[in-house]
Amino acid sequence: MLNTSDILETIRMIQDECLDIRTITMGISLLDCCSEDMDALCTRVYDKITRKAEKLVAAGQQIETEYGIPIINKRISITPAAMLVGATRGGDPVKLAYALQRAAEATGVNFIGGYSALVHKGFSAGDEALIRSIPQALAETSNLCSSVNVGSTKAGINMDAVRLMGEIVRESAELTADNQCFGPAKIVVFCNAPEDNPFMAGAFHGPGEPDCEVHVGVSGPGVVRAAIEKYPDATIDELANVIKRTAFKITRMGQLVGTRASQMLGVPFGIVDLSLAPTPAVGDSVAHILEGMGLSVCGMHGTTAALALLNDAVKKGGVMASSSVGGLSGAFIPVSEDAGMIDAANAGVLSLEKLEAMTAVCSVGLDMIVIPGDTPASTISAIIADEAAIGMVNSKTTAVRVIPAIGKKEGEQLDFGGLFGTGPVMPVRRESAEKFIARGGRIPAPMQSLKN
Amino acid sequence: MKAVITVIGHDTVGILHKVSGICAEKNANVMEVTQSVLQDLFAMFMLVDIRGLSCDFSELSAALTDLGKELGLSIHVMHEDIFNSMHRI
Repeated sequence: MLNTSDILETIRMIQDECLDIRTITMGISLLDCCSEDMDALCTRVYDKITRKAEKLVAAGQQIETEYGIPIINKRISITPAAMLVGATRGGDPVKLAYALQRAAEATGVNFIGGYSALVHKGFSAGDEALIRSIPQALAETSNLCSSVNVGSTKAGINMDAVRLMGEIVRESAELTADNQCFGPAKIVVFCNAPEDNPFMAGAFHGPGEPDCEVHVGVSGPGVVRAAIEKYPDATIDELANVIKRTAFKITRMGQLVGTRASQMLGVPFGIVDLSLAPTPAVGDSVAHILEGMGLSVCGMHGTTAALALLNDAVKKGGVMASSSVGGLSGAFIPVSEDAGMIDAANAGVLSLEKLEAMTAVCSVGLDMIVIPGDTPASTISAIIADEAAIGMVNSKTTAVRVIPAIGKKEGEQLDFGGLFGTGPVMPVRRESAEKFIARGGRIPAPMQSLKN
Repeated sequence: MKAVITVIGHDTVGILHKVSGICAEKNANVMEVTQSVLQDLFAMFMLVDIRGLSCDFSELSAALTDLGKELGLSIHVMHEDIFNSMHRI
């Protein structure tokens, strides 16, 4: 018989500490749907997605019942749409966005990601048209997510794309101003984007991936926090061990669910993304883990060190628990999706600058940050450039998902609801980066790129 | 294929009888039972073989959850793989 304390621990993790599988994401290659004709492309894309993902939601629900573990989202990631658009002889890319939205509705998934372009070294056919269509595509669909990779350690940073993305993020906010400026919450601007990420809004199915596979993204900040609280007097290295043990258990669950989903759906198992993904729910906050380590408020001095420890221990614990680790893998720090981060930002302790420093040691970047509505596009581009530089130099993924709150200023907030949470408008520096951004061109790849 | 049924809550007469009654009804063979009552708190763990189940797993799960609600107990039924994978290497 199983050990009763082990059984109780698992049940407590799920019932009281918000342990869940955040997402089962099916990655689908659409390269075989290419057509010169946009309408034919849309039909093929819709057909392939609905065929491959027909049973995805039902399989997720069955696994939920069998194992008693909540699976919050079922999602689809696709080949970056710009590659498909590039193969057409023209036509409005928004048509493809509609087809993807219809496919999401037909399969019943929560999100479909991959309205994306990879332009870290430059634009190829289809890239610019797709990027320029993002604001309209996101305003007129509800389940579609978009991402653009503007830099990499190998290629440097495409500053023309950085400039363009500042404008796109702003335009997207303006087009959705009557809907809490929700558009930019579905746009991620990456440096070193992973090709197998199951988390939205940045999920896409990279060209190096197989035809179809399933990934799993685990969650569990509440479990880590509860584990830490049991050791109020532990030294930091002891704390790291506690986190590693906890991350191991969380990840094993992810591995089990991924393997089972792969069997049920008859497609290969991709990766487990070992992430600590917070939600606005009480007890599911990454900020509260850092506070549990002994910081009075997340964002004060010491936060970067605490986050570095957390991120490293999560990876070390998780990597042995899974046959294949990928995606973003680490701690997420999305401000509006984390109750502790929201409080810290409202208290004025957590600033954009501190968040930027934190992104140098955790898995993603400036995420779900609401900025004043009058922030110029060039300032948004400058925020993107800073973040991309951190990713490029440190050979890690970084990303920017900021939401300009049109018509609002500091002290006000946007309320997205659900997993996206509530974001207080955070102050941004008012000085101009206009001239720097207007230059365009490319930041050359750093010395770190010359590894061969 | 085995599942673990856990029952936790205030002790009353006939909990084991009612839970095992549902197992019998759905043709889930009870293999092991561990039960303790500590200061009025009833805790039971039951390992059942679900290979010969006469219904869907979800139906068994729903029947036990409903019984839990009726008796004011917390009843879960989960596939044993989740415990094995989390706690054993």
